[in-house]
Amino acid sequence: MTDFSSPEALSVALLNAGYLPDDHIAQVAFLAMRLDKPILAEGPAGVGKTELAKALATITGRQLIRLQCYEGLDESKALYEWDYRKQLLRIQAEDEGGWNAIADDIFSEDFLLERPLLTAIRAREPLVLLIDEVDRVEIETEALLLEILSEFQVTIPELGTIGAASQPLVVLTSNNTRELSDALKRRCLFLHIDYPTPERERDILLSQIPELPESLAGGIASAVATIRESALRKPPSVAESIDWARTLLVLGVDQVDERITAETLSVLLKYQTDIDKVAASLAT
Amino acid sequence: MIDIMTRFTSELRSAGVPVSTVETIDAAQALGFVDLSERERLRSTLQATMVKHAEHIEPFNRAFDVFFSLQAAVAEPPFEDDDVSSSSIDLSVDAIRDLLRDAVIAADVDRIRSLSRAAVFAFGGVEAGRPVGGVYYLYRVMRRLAVDSMFDDVDSAATPLEQAEQSRVRRRRIELLREYIEEEIRRLLVADRGAEAVAATIRKQAIEDIDLGHATRSDLIRLQHTIRPLTRRLAARLAQRRRAQEPGRLDVRRTVRKSMSAGGIPIDPSFKKRRVSKPDVVMLCDVSGSVSTFAFFTMQLMYAMRSQFSRVRVFAFIDGVDEISDYFAPGVDFNEAAGRVMREADVVAVDGHSDYGRVFTHFEELYADAITPRTTLIITGDGRSNYRPAEEAKLAAITDRARTTWWLNPEMARFWDTGDSVMARYRDLCDGVFEVRTLRQLEAFVEKASLG
Repeated sequence: MTDFSSPEALSVALLNAGYLPDDHIAQVAFLAMRLDKPILAEGPAGVGKTELAKALATITGRQLIRLQCYEGLDESKALYEWDYRKQLLRIQAEDEGGWNAIADDIFSEDFLLERPLLTAIRAREPLVLLIDEVDRVEIETEALLLEILSEFQVTIPELGTIGAASQPLVVLTSNNTRELSDALKRRCLFLHIDYPTPERERDILLSQIPELPESLAGGIASAVATIRESALRKPPSVAESIDWARTLLVLGVDQVDERITAETLSVLLKYQTDIDKVAASLAT
Repeated sequence: MIDIMTRFTSELRSAGVPVSTVETIDAAQALGFVDLSERERLRSTLQATMVKHAEHIEPFNRAFDVFFSLQAAVAEPPFEDDDVSSSSIDLSVDAIRDLLRDAVIAADVDRIRSLSRAAVFAFGGVEAGRPVGGVYYLYRVMRRLAVDSMFDDVDSAATPLEQAEQSRVRRRRIELLREYIEEEIRRLLVADRGAEAVAATIRKQAIEDIDLGHATRSDLIRLQHTIRPLTRRLAARLAQRRRAQEPGRLDVRRTVRKSMSAGGIPIDPSFKKRRVSKPDVVMLCDVSGSVSTFAFFTMQLMYAMRSQFSRVRVFAFIDGVDEISDYFAPGVDFNEAAGRVMREADVVAVDGHSDYGRVFTHFEELYADAITPRTTLIITGDGRSNYRPAEEAKLAAITDRARTTWWLNPEMARFWDTGDSVMARYRDLCDGVFEVRTLRQLEAFVEKASLG
């Protein structure tokens, strides 16, 4: 694995990969690599939790495997499943060898459908495993994750225990809709990512949209930070401020003012009530 | 280091941050990869390993500042060999103030730090062994510096957006200055009294443990931020319960059809999906004077629930009952809505003293249709009915129709059934009665609710 001697080195590499970490994020990512511990990234939607995992994959040159969580996700979709249809065909196509041979055969790897977690464990090359929105799964599935994250091995009754060929770098993200179990949290490094400071947001904008003039980026970051301070149902995320910057660039705006902000608010805010509220505060 | 780590851990625990032994070991292990002279890196490392909850970051930081400033204070005596502070002792208030202002505007951290040190030394009047809290000194320094008028006021000729930005920057600057002055005072106090003692004086009650019945205004504002994720969780739990049920009955038709691809062997049975009903919640909340702070909190709960569920109906009552669902329509500002409830809702029928019996009777007359067999009913109140008839038969009629009934009581359980409290009469009619005086208890309720 690519070795990063210090958090600063990691920070520079992430920057080159298009992700702008603050010192805290860089430090936690650095520790995760050194301690071989998963990162649990938590925070509001759209602050770059998933992006962090992608950037980590880029800079380490590893493949990214993503497990998108949702309610109802279970073992057969997260870990592995036997390919029933194929097994059935095999049984019907059978003519010689007898039952024992078939029984051994249909529970071999040829009939195993790998799902993301098993793929991550069996990979020869170390990779980055992103478990996205882990707060959406039920407690039972969380327990399954727990087992895998602590041992990095799975037991398939018919095949035996499969251990990790290499230690993957694991990133879990959570929007905190549900309290994760203490056991899971204990195994992870906790990284709370909040909205960036205006200075950092300006830098993010500049790194994402190189053709954006610096003064405009500053103006946008400052305006977004101000808008975030009013009590909104869904404050604008970083992703939305990038969209907004693109919009302003296309419109040929060189300075953020009330008129243009009011006209383009729908890019930043996703609820009509929020738009009305901010528009009203801009008008007075 | 081991010594300071164990002491730090025990301080975190007393501040309400649960740190397990495993986490302390992890933290100690992680320290091997950190340059200990860099304080912020040390902070990041300990935070990532020991804090697993966003709400615990603030108490962590407070404790960290106390424990890990001690070393610095011993290593470099605050007032010697430091040209800025020793020379500026003679400087006037105005001079220090101007220098500080420039330093804050330039965001020159080193300069702010040494100037804050000078300011604390000159105006704080910190005396060794004097048993006053840091807040007192902070107040003195801030007042002498006249921090409020230190930075330019918002330019009234500017456009609204500019004004909002200016006031944000101004707040941020005052906040920054305050942080550094606080840090300096803390260093002096820690050097004087030791980290444990200082940490104990500035320890705030963990937000989960604030008694909702006696919460101050500022506590309630802090609560406002914490309660949202909690209700979102309650909402998610109520919704999930229905979805997590086992699959329905075997769907013979589909199973047979699917078995065709497997040569007629029903290898992959299909089940009928159960009809998923949306969570249907009715809240009935006491907003009378005796539980007014609690009412403020329950209203936040209602507000948050309304924004999560489309099918929530909320009712407020004192001795009359009125539906207030519309006041809390999604997107409405909370404070505005709460104000309207207090002003406009028709919750007083006779004299404005709680009368549960009358309320249940009225509710049955006016809103009987709100309760269906799918309804989860949540009643909040202290069950103190001012010695009026309890009318438990009316409540029984309501709870019989509802799927589940929960009662949240803001009073300590041992005071129930004393004086005019009639909880005993209502208790058995509900599926669960919970003492909810703190957020922690609310959380426990949410967990139980999801199991029930």
